[in-house]
This record gives sequence, C-alpha cells and structure tokens, in this order.
Amino acid sequence: MQAILDNPALMIVATGLMVGAASALLGPFLILRRNAMLADAISHSIVFGIVTVWLITGAVAGPVQIAGAALTGVLTVVLTELVAGTGRVKHDAAIGLVFPALFSMGVLLLNVYAREVHIDAHTVLLGEIGFVWLDTVELAGYRVPQALVWMGAMAAVNAAFVALFWKELKLATFDPVLAAAFGFRPRVLFYALLFLVSGTAVAAFDAVGAILFIAFVIVPPAAAYLLSDRLVWIVLGGVAISAVSTLSGYGLAVAWDVSIGGMMASMTGVCLAAAFLFGPRYGLVAGLHRRARQAVENEARALVVHLATHEAGAERQEENVAAAMHTHLGWSAERARAVLARSIDRDFVRRDGEALELTETGREEAEALLQPWRRGGG
Amino acid sequence: MNERTATGPQGPVHEPGLALHVEDLTVSYQGRPALWDIDLDVPPGVMAAIVGPNGAGKSTLIKSVLELVPRTAGHVYLFGQPYRTVRRRVAYVPQRSAVDWDFPTTALDVVMMGRYGHLGWLRRPGAGERRRAMAALEEVGIAELAGRQISQLSGGQQQRVFVARALVQEADLYFLDEPMAGVDATTERAIVRLLEDLRARGKTLVVVHHDLQTVRRYFDWIVILNVRVIAQGPVERAYTPENLRRAYGGQISLIEGFGARATDGVSGE
Amino acid sequence: MTAWDLLSDYTLHTVAMGAAILGVISGVLGSFAVLRQQSLMGDALSHAALPGVCLGFLVAGTRDLGWILGGALFTGGLAALTVLALTRLSRLKTDAAIGIALSVFFAVGVVLLTVIQRMGGASQAGLETFLFGQAAAILRSDLVLMGGVTGVALTVVLALWKEFKLVTFDPEFARTLGLPVTLLEVALTVMVALAVVVGLQMVGVVLMAAMVIAPAAAARQWVSRLEHMVVLAALIGMASGIVGAVISALGAGLATGPLIVLAASAAVLVSILFAPGRGVVWEAAGRVRERRRLRGRQVLATMLSLAREHGDPDYPAEQGMLDAYHRLGTHGVLERLEARGQVRRARHMPGEGRHWVLTPEGRREAERTLAEIGPGGR
Repeated sequence: MQAILDNPALMIVATGLMVGAASALLGPFLILRRNAMLADAISHSIVFGIVTVWLITGAVAGPVQIAGAALTGVLTVVLTELVAGTGRVKHDAAIGLVFPALFSMGVLLLNVYAREVHIDAHTVLLGEIGFVWLDTVELAGYRVPQALVWMGAMAAVNAAFVALFWKELKLATFDPVLAAAFGFRPRVLFYALLFLVSGTAVAAFDAVGAILFIAFVIVPPAAAYLLSDRLVWIVLGGVAISAVSTLSGYGLAVAWDVSIGGMMASMTGVCLAAAFLFGPRYGLVAGLHRRARQAVENEARALVVHLATHEAGAERQEENVAAAMHTHLGWSAERARAVLARSIDRDFVRRDGEALELTETGREEAEALLQPWRRGGG
Repeated sequence: MNERTATGPQGPVHEPGLALHVEDLTVSYQGRPALWDIDLDVPPGVMAAIVGPNGAGKSTLIKSVLELVPRTAGHVYLFGQPYRTVRRRVAYVPQRSAVDWDFPTTALDVVMMGRYGHLGWLRRPGAGERRRAMAALEEVGIAELAGRQISQLSGGQQQRVFVARALVQEADLYFLDEPMAGVDATTERAIVRLLEDLRARGKTLVVVHHDLQTVRRYFDWIVILNVRVIAQGPVERAYTPENLRRAYGGQISLIEGFGARATDGVSGE
Repeated sequence: MTAWDLLSDYTLHTVAMGAAILGVISGVLGSFAVLRQQSLMGDALSHAALPGVCLGFLVAGTRDLGWILGGALFTGGLAALTVLALTRLSRLKTDAAIGIALSVFFAVGVVLLTVIQRMGGASQAGLETFLFGQAAAILRSDLVLMGGVTGVALTVVLALWKEFKLVTFDPEFARTLGLPVTLLEVALTVMVALAVVVGLQMVGVVLMAAMVIAPAAAARQWVSRLEHMVVLAALIGMASGIVGAVISALGAGLATGPLIVLAASAAVLVSILFAPGRGVVWEAAGRVRERRRLRGRQVLATMLSLAREHGDPDYPAEQGMLDAYHRLGTHGVLERLEARGQVRRARHMPGEGRHWVLTPEGRREAERTLAEIGPGGR
C-alpha cells in the first residue's frame, strides 16, 4: 500500500483525477445558470484569501485554509452583486472589476510578506502538480500526499452535496422562481455551491494553480453539455471527460516533458473541440448536416404552402408551375430541383408537365401549417 | 397582374407603382417557420397597420423586408426595386427595447444617427445634420430635450427620439415596429399626428400595431397577419370581425370582445 | 530617492510614458468593449496572449518584443474567433465560451512555457514578467512599438468614429443603413487585442482585463456622451498607469500590474460612489432628503387636519399624539419644521408633552399637501 502511495506517477494522476472530479461535479450548475465566469472570478480572487489566511493563521493547507480562503470566493460574488446592484455598471463588467482588484491585493501581499514561502506568484498562476507527492501527511499510518488528501476530501464533499441536493439544485438552476416558491431557498443553495467552488479552487491551487482550475470547472462540463440534454449525464459526462483529459494529459506531458497541469488542462480543450465538432446531436458537423436537411424540409413546406395559397385563385396558371419556384419563390434552378424532389418524395406534390399540384397529404400538411391551432385540437 | 412588368424577378423594376410588394415570402426563424408564403401589397401614400396575435411574425415581416433576417423563399420590392438599391428611401424605427438606453449619448446625437447612411464613410456629421436633427426633434415636440442624456428621457420621449431619427432619414417609406407600445397618451397622439402629417406629404407608413381598438381611428390600410396574410386592404373593407377571428384563431373567445368592439367602432364613427 | 530624483529619473520617465500609452489605448477601446457588454472578452483575450508570447519567443529564438507582441495579437485574435465560433455555432453561451477560450489558451501557454524552460536559456525568466508585468524592464525602444500600436488603433477609431458609435448603440439600425456591422464588430473586438498587446509589459496577461474595464467603467459615471467618456477613460487609464508605475518604481519590490489595477479600481470605486448625478452616495442622500421632506409634509397635514377638526387654526397638537398617529418619533421632524418656520412651539401645562402649532406658512404647505394626497394619505 505504501508502495502505491510512494509512486509519484500514480499520486500525480490520482490528484489530477480528484481535481477533475471535484470541479466537474460543480461546473454544470454554473454553466447552466450562465455564470461560468464566476469560476474565473473566484479562482483569481482566492489568491487574496489564501494569502490572508496564511498571514493570520499560518495555514498553507488543510480545512482551515480551504474554508477560510473559500470565503474570499464568496466575497467576490457578494461584491460583484453589490457593484452590479448599484445599476452603474453591467453585471459582466462588475465581475471584471471585482476579481482583478482582489487578485491584485493578493499578489501585492505576496510581494510584501511571502518572499520565502512556497506560495509565490509563479505557483499562484501555474501550480505544480508534478511535485504533489513531495508534500505528504500521515493518514491512518500511511504517508499520503497532502494535495491528494484535500482534493479527495473536496471531491467527496462536492459529490455528497450534489447527490443530496440533486433535485433542489436541478430546479434552482432551471427555474429559480419556482424553486423559491417551493421554499428551496435557491439563493442559499447557489451561495453554498459557490462556497464549494471556492473551496475546491483553494484545494486545487497547489496542484494546478488559479487559472488552470478554471479549465477543469468549465471545460469538461461544457463538453458534456454539447453531448447531452440530461443533467445527470452532463454531470457524470463532465467527470468522465475530465478523467480522460487527466490521463491523456499526464501521458503526453511525460512523453513531451512539459507542464503536467498545463497539458491536462489543454486536453480538456481538445475534448471540448471534439465534442464541438463531432458531437452526435449538437456537434458542428451534425448541426450543419441537420440544418441543410431542415432547409430543404422548410423549403418543401414553403412550396406546399405556396401551392395551397394559390390553388383557388386565377393566378394558378402563373404560380403553381415549376418555373414559379424560380421566378416567384426566388430559388436557383438547382435549389428548386432539390426542393421539388424532396416534395415529391414526401408525397406532398404531384407534377403534371409544368403544372404542380398538391396531393392529399400535401394539402393536409399545408392546412396544418397554416392553421396550427387546428392541429391536435381537432 | 397586368401591371407586372415582363422583365421577371431579376429585372430592375417590379411593380413600381407599389410602395411595398412582397411576393411569396417565407421566413424560417431558428428552424421554425415564422412567415408562410406572404403575398403583400401596400400602395404608396397610405398608413398601414400590421396586426396579429403574438408570434404572428409581425416584427419578422418588417425585419425580413429590411434584410435583417434571411428569407427562405420569395421576393420583396420597394418602389419596384430590391431593398439594397433603395435603402435611402426607407426608414426604420425599431422597438424601443432593442437598444440599451443607458448608452452615453444625447437625444440630438441619436437623431443625427439617422443621417449616417447619407453621409457615407469618413464624413462627420456637421452643422447641416445638426440643423436637420434639431428640426426633427422640433417636429416630435421635444426640441428642448436635445442635449439630455437618453436614459433620462421617459419611455414616450425615447420613442419620439426614435421617430425623429427616422424623420431625418428623409425617406419615402417608413417602417415602425410598435411605436405606440408602452408610451403615454400624449406621445401616442403626437406620434399619430406626425405619421398623418407624413402621409399627407405622400409618404407611406407601415406600422406594427398592437392595439386593435385604435386601428380604425389611426389607419387607412390594414394587414392582418398570422404566420400568413389573413386579410389585407383598406381598413373599411378588410378589418372585419370575421377576419380578426380567422387571424386570432385558437384564441377566439379572447377575440370576441375585440371583434365586437371593432364593429362598435364602425357604428360609432 | 528624493522627489526631484524621482522626477528626473530616466527609467521612471520611460515607465510613466509606457503607462500613459497603455492608459490611452485601453481606455479608448475599453469604452467600446464595456458598452457592447463585452467586458470579459478582454479577460479572455489577455489570458490568451500567453501562448502567443511563447510562440513569438520560440519563433524569434530570443526575447524580441516585436515577435512576442505579434504572437500575442495572433493568439488573442484566435481566442476571439473561438468565442465567436462557440457562441454562434454551438449551444454554449457567451460566459462559458469566454471561460473556455481563456482557460484552454492559457493552459497551452503554460505548456509552451515549460517547452521554453526546457530549452534552457535565462531569457525564460524574462517571459514570466509577462504574467504580471514588469514596468521597470521597459525600454525606450519598446515605447516606440507601444506608441505605434496605439497610434494605429486611435487612427482607426477616429476614422470610423460614427460607424463604431452606431454599431455599439444600435447594430440593427446600423445594418438597415447598409453598414457592414459584423465586420465593424470584429474590428472592435480585435482592437481590444491590440490594447492587450500594449499592456503585456505593464500589467501582464492576468490583469489586463481590469485595464480594459476599469477606466471605462469609471469614466462612464462622470459623463454622458461617448466622446467625453472615451477621452476621460483614456485620462483615467493614464493616471492609474502612472500612479501604479511610479509606486512600483519606488523600489519596494511591488509588482507593477497589481498596483496599476488597484489604482484603476480605486478610480472606479470613487466614481461609482461620488460622481455627480450618478454617484450612489448622492442618490442615497437624495432619498433621505426626499423621505424627510415627505415626512415633514405628512406631519403638517396631520396637524392641519387636527386643527380643522377642532375648528381652531392655532390648535396645539401634542407631540406624543403625533408620534402615535405616525407610529414614529416625530421629534426630529418637528424640529426641522420649526427651523423652516412652518411650526412653532405652543405653551403647555407642565408635566404634559410638548405641543406644536402651525405657522401661517406651515398651514399653506399643509393645505397644498392635503390637496395633493388627500387627508388619508400617510
């Protein structure tokens, strides 16, 4: 057992997995609430909290540090809402005003007080997951990497929070007003969530630094969001994607001898790009394909409605002919052919020489389109 | 039909006698159809209302005429020509909610924006533009607010600024999207008087309108829309309870009252 | 260092000029970004400059500022396009898209940093100054480059002033006038990347977001015309830059970037609180004044009603009764009214509470109030 715990590679990967899981569990709720940039703000401004907690208590790890520094994350959000609440600046600008100020104060405090401590400006930004195995604590008779212990704890707390408050979180994310009406206190829940995000950021800080943490919170859940509509799959998918990124990132980092944390975070980007391009339903390729199909479909319906509109009138000779698809509907010859083929395929339209005529199905379709309120109601 | 020129849709002129001629226009919006096969004619010199239930595509119709949303099918001609070539003869008043009124600018400045199209690139608005803009503010009755920051104007005053901006475009055809929505009674009267003035000068006005009760009083031409054109023509002919009922379809019960009131309007005037 | 040494110090001159240039470009372009509600785009663009800095270094093989800034501009532009692509072509919203671009580009930058580190070379240390900025390292020759970039940006803004203004205020209307709206919007966004490039050496990639947002947000509070806002934002940016740079150059070992950002944040705070017309403090004071005035009028109206009920215009109203009627201590209100000559003290029995009588002026005011709100209005 101790052999496993002394294996640097395993410990690095395990820590990375815990960072990924703890972050990806919370990320979906931020993204769905359109508050993803709060992760950015929090991860920057906890620097201030970490330095302050260290100055006051001397703690550079552990529950005191995590909870104390996490309060700064919550403070960021409170201040942001306060600034935006004055109505003098917009919400996004308020975010961008508050966290740089707190971050700046954190960096300056570091400049002044923390020259000899291991938290310097460099770690603040980049972290060093490659060294997590050097710093261990005694746990049940084993020497365990400190970062792994606290990341594992945060992952467990986050998992418990999400599991326990699943339906409340779901409703509060989707419809805060209704959630409030049910007495679920969506604001309290939201702040609890942000507190956990901040705590996770603090715990993850040594491993991946302030900014790479953002990648773990936002990117895997965003990729999962491009793949699924169901919240449970977005949450679990985010965790899975972050695990894939961690493992592949570690492998590549070792192979190329580059920053491990940086590579892990870069791999979340690769996963997102893959989901963005090739996702089965919301991917770009599938989307373009669907849009093209939908365009032809819509055009076929436009033709059906056009024919129905002019069926009874004297202009029928002019409107309900193949040539009118060009002269009246404004389609190119090629497009007109595709639409006509589609409409005949769907059995909407019959062609009789030049004249176009609606079939029974086509007429029903036109009626349903023109009088949608009749559909279903009978 | 016989007015139609023989040069076909690619030809330069198409129904030049009409201010607005829409032919078989279909628009789908985010994959959903918003307008189906619209055929629409508005003669010059009328004040036309576009009415219809929510989601009927009233704003979409205006936006697709102005090429702000893409068309799936169909043609639009303004004074017989495609929009791009007659842009300068057309003015547009968007919904008031379309912009951020906290923007740091004055009423006069917003009105001058109406001249930008005439100015072209690199040229600055000068004394001439200023004078025109002041005159337009005068016309809408808020000249004294010219230097006021726009967030400090009431809703009605903001709407007047937008109308003034359209005035300085010196167009022949005006599209207004709900100009009377959420404004006070004084503003509504002022805007209506102004629009009537424009009509008297031979201009054409196409107005998205939400208040069925004032249609008869304000307008002489009507387009009743619900995804397709239900009825169009002179108000006295086309604005019937029957047509309204057809447009508001599923909400018949809701519309009974309006239909009745529309009829009352006839007997009342 | 005496004040005179400071004023004649060569490095300080360079630094102050650099800070001034940065203030101008970020104030001008930030005004447009903030008004277009693209505040946090600056955050993404500046974080995304890191891989560009590294790429520039890798290509040039040395710390050549031209290449480095060119690289930063390139990856910044790429990040802007990424945000655009993600929001236009997928279901992700702006906040998530910005978070993704920011963190993934930065992660790639971290990876590239280790690549450079491995290649050895003491110059790597020079790259890390781009994280937080190191104003003291700026050379006169750098100023030429920064000034040139700023000059280009300002020329473009001046030349396209009315187009940029219209597109920022009302893009849809701009389109009906035939303006190439998308092109102009892209130009405004990409120019923010120019500001980032200028700021890299002064404040670094992490805090550039604040330089885009803060001067513009502060300026907006004082003025209500875009022309004035842009100029004032440039001035505030300049002043914050110089203040921060000077404090940093005094040699306490404080990083320049955070100091400049804190100076700009202070400007925002003062502006939001105290700017005439818009200041939160004035508004609050106005509300208090208004409430006092209203309360005074209510008390006068009550006294008049009492006087009428008793058919005695000089009816002395007992203070305790007024308290009970208004459910609050009216002592302060009555003293203020007395000072304004609207009530006067009446003689009363010893042991009774104070009594008050309306003066003729108070009666007039009370009559006006009653006419407006009616006797029941309290």
